Amino acid sequence: MDVISQLQRQFIDYTSSLYREGYVDDQFSQLQKLQDESNPDFVVEVVSLFFDDCQKLVQNMAQALEQQNVDFKQVDSHVHQLKGSSSSVGASRVKNACIAFRTFCEAQNREGCLRCLQQVNQEYSVLKNKLQQLFRLEQQITAAGGSIPMVE
Amino acid sequence: MEFEEDSTASKRMKIAENEDPITKVQFSALIVDDDPLIRKIHSEVLNSLGFQTRVAKSGKEAVDLYHAGANFDIVFMDMQMPVMNGIEATKELRGMGVSTKIVGVSSECSESEIEAFILAGLDLYYAKPLTDANKIIPLMEDLKNKSVPNEGPKKTM
Repeated sequence: MDVISQLQRQFIDYTSSLYREGYVDDQFSQLQKLQDESNPDFVVEVVSLFFDDCQKLVQNMAQALEQQNVDFKQVDSHVHQLKGSSSSVGASRVKNACIAFRTFCEAQNREGCLRCLQQVNQEYSVLKNKLQQLFRLEQQITAAGGSIPMVE
Repeated sequence: MEFEEDSTASKRMKIAENEDPITKVQFSALIVDDDPLIRKIHSEVLNSLGFQTRVAKSGKEAVDLYHAGANFDIVFMDMQMPVMNGIEATKELRGMGVSTKIVGVSSECSESEIEAFILAGLDLYYAKPLTDANKIIPLMEDLKNKSVPNEGPKKTM
């Protein structure tokens, strides 16, 4: 196999694993489908916006949970926003972590919330690494003169 | 107020001109959402279907646009926004006599919130995110079949 085919094979396998392991869902593939020659960096841009969002919201949640009297409504509204964003980009593990988080907000359970915050933080960090790896593979394929295969 | 570059849309339009007749007609859409991520995704989806898009970051910005004389073929309105939310903005626009098709787009609303949103004057409601072309294409069909032109001054882009 030549270099391009090898890289493409790697890309397909890696992308498939992301879906299989539940890191991303169909919503992510919808985003990939929107990318084309007139808009080649769409996915990277959307994903960057998402991770900026994540970082900001996680910080806000942490601050809110540090207060003497925790405003759980406030925490919940941040989690709700993150759930919306993660759902829009197909970050399904982050989204699921948010769903669990909201139940603890509703129950006004600070310990539970802190655990969930940790979980959310972890999920988004792992996803960030995974997607960066995916984008690197894409860059390698493009640099070698190949095209990015579509993974259904 | 943000103005969405339409060069991408026009590029796609040129490509699509010889294909699907639906994409020959260029519609304008206003995307109202406080989340830049959603604005970006929805703009891209609509651009890819041939819409010229413009964005507003809040209900108030959307209303201000109409006050300033802007007009659109269709408005995609988020519900939860600071300053002025989707329900208030929709009520305002209807109160101003705006007859544009307004599609409510939101996430995680309760039954009663959706009801209130629809009662405020929506034509339709969809859950976020709106990336399914199958949901948007029928809307374009409706716009094509509209016999009465939109109320409002001629749009300036």
